[in-house]
Amino acid sequence: MARQNHTSAAPTTDARWELVDARMRQLGNRPDALIEALHTVQETFGYIDRRALERISQTLSVPPSTAFGVATFYHYFNLLPKGEHTAVVCTGTACYIDGAAELLAALETELGVGPKQTTEDGRLTVFTARCIGACSLAPAVIVDGRVHGRERVPDLLERVRAL
Amino acid sequence: MTLPPAPRASAYVCQAVSCLSAGAQEISQGLKAQVAAAGLADVAVKRVGCLRLCAAGPLVQIPQTGQLFERVEPNRLEDVVAALERVDGDSASSPPAPFFGRQLQIVTENCGRIDPESIEDYVAHGGYSALRKALTTMSPAQVRDEIVRSGLRGRGGAGYPTGLKWNTVAKAAGSPRYAICNADEGDPGAFMDRTVLESDPHRVIEGLAIAAYAVGASEAYVYCRGEYPLVIRRVRKAIADAERAGYLGHAVAETQFSLSMHVRLGAGAYVCGEETALIASIEGRRGTPVPRPPYPAVSGLWDRPTLINNVETLANVAPIIERGADWFASIGTAGSKGTKVFALAGHVRRTGLVEVPMGITLREIVFDIGGGMPEGRQFKAVQTGGPSGGCIPAQFLDMPVDYESLLEIGTYIGSGGMIVMDDSSCMVDVARYFMDFCRDESCGKCVPCRVGTTQLYMLLDGISRGLASLADLQQLEKLAGMVQRTSLCGLGQGAPNPICSTLRYFRDEYLSHIEQRTCPAGACPIAPQAVPA
Repeated sequence: MARQNHTSAAPTTDARWELVDARMRQLGNRPDALIEALHTVQETFGYIDRRALERISQTLSVPPSTAFGVATFYHYFNLLPKGEHTAVVCTGTACYIDGAAELLAALETELGVGPKQTTEDGRLTVFTARCIGACSLAPAVIVDGRVHGRERVPDLLERVRAL
Repeated sequence: MTLPPAPRASAYVCQAVSCLSAGAQEISQGLKAQVAAAGLADVAVKRVGCLRLCAAGPLVQIPQTGQLFERVEPNRLEDVVAALERVDGDSASSPPAPFFGRQLQIVTENCGRIDPESIEDYVAHGGYSALRKALTTMSPAQVRDEIVRSGLRGRGGAGYPTGLKWNTVAKAAGSPRYAICNADEGDPGAFMDRTVLESDPHRVIEGLAIAAYAVGASEAYVYCRGEYPLVIRRVRKAIADAERAGYLGHAVAETQFSLSMHVRLGAGAYVCGEETALIASIEGRRGTPVPRPPYPAVSGLWDRPTLINNVETLANVAPIIERGADWFASIGTAGSKGTKVFALAGHVRRTGLVEVPMGITLREIVFDIGGGMPEGRQFKAVQTGGPSGGCIPAQFLDMPVDYESLLEIGTYIGSGGMIVMDDSSCMVDVARYFMDFCRDESCGKCVPCRVGTTQLYMLLDGISRGLASLADLQQLEKLAGMVQRTSLCGLGQGAPNPICSTLRYFRDEYLSHIEQRTCPAGACPIAPQAVPA
């Protein structure tokens, strides 16, 4: 397994919690604020750890099992820290028929990381996306938030190695 | 509010996702600098929404002449600046490129014309006048009647008559009522809703406000896909701007009508396109569907009457109220009125966002608008309807595209994804791809979908690897029918459609994988036969 815990979990005293608390308060600290609170945690900290889940479930009066159930049900939420950089390979239909699978296979064989995995040195996490809606650019990859279209295997490998 | 005098010439720089990723940001900054350097005080550089020919981005258009610049490079902006200098009052409009010739814009009429982040620009282009008209001159019943007479049907995929839905919600007992815009665009290969919301968010907000008024809702939600950060940002800004301008909130447009509107984020669950699952998600729970009835129209969000409409459906509302039901009903076919926006992608020369009147033929979309196959490739099929849709073979290219015709041949119009495939695509592999999607997205609540999609995937995977027998094919067909008939919601019921449609039109491809152990398209990984010892 290539997964590594190189980023320490967010301490509960972190000032960033104010953003999460504010969002929950804005929604009345009611149980239905759960998904919005999870979004805010992920946006703020990059991922959702156990302590975050505990804190949210307490504030919103939601059983921890429910909070964990919701956080794991939705694909968008990460429960593990990400690497320094991210590469998201789109696997929508247009990208699929134009070689998204080859891009993923290349990352796997060259860097040893599959979807939702991080390289040993913690530099890069690979994700897949259902469809990023950039079908005209198929196959598309998002590296550190920037969309690259008509991506070919050598381009992608060069791009992530240069990170 | 005073607007500056109209410029003599303008450069519209597309700021939608494709063009942005191709460097549209640098283009708009570069153009601004060059226009200033050339001393063209009467020329404006404007950032606009999608100019639609996504394949050729970054795009710049000069609206005064209609001239479109494709694949603009940041260090080669002189042509654009020179063209801007030439524009004068009598500049003749250049004929539209073939990509645009057959299109008819209603939903996307503001896309690529207005600044998506400016409510002033939207209002200057006639925005919010339909809301004002509805609130000040029409009763909610009259608004609903207008939508019924227009013949508008839901654009999210199922094609349910919109007016009928509105009437059911309005007549259901209980308050408060809710109106929801489903912007959790989940079909792979579909980016219509994304483009409309990125390019013209106020249009959808206005439609949702009119819908809320028509059904008596006091609270509205936009359930937005979490993976679309630009959409989320623009919709949030648009709602805040509309509140400030008095088009949302308390006493809208100085009438008795009040509406609060919120954004809720989806989190990557395809099943949340199903109405009851979407409601569960807004309530902060796992997105699992529940059996219907009761329908959300009667008992939806917090068990109250709830209207759920798709982005494109709502984007049609303001023009219908503004121009009348008869105008809208004059477009399209007998059973399918108006236009449909398609995301044209895959193996065609010109990909992008296409809005066409209902009833246009597939051939016109693929070959006239899309420009046909890239050199040397042979058309094989068009995939529509996403994971619950099917593949349309060449023999139906001249069939009109509307709800009924596509259903007849075993697919859906769906939400509007249209992926063209050439002879390099294997139909077994495509069916396998969609089943992989469905088994992953199955919420796990009902057995036929949870177990069935996995078993169907394993059978398809076996066929694509050349490891299946004719008995497996029989099993595949039997199981597909069972999953279709017994699943709880649309995800499971629709999941076998890609199998059924590819088996119907491309059975020979399945057979050659099984009997000859060859993939005619060369896309499947068939290992050489092990020789028995």
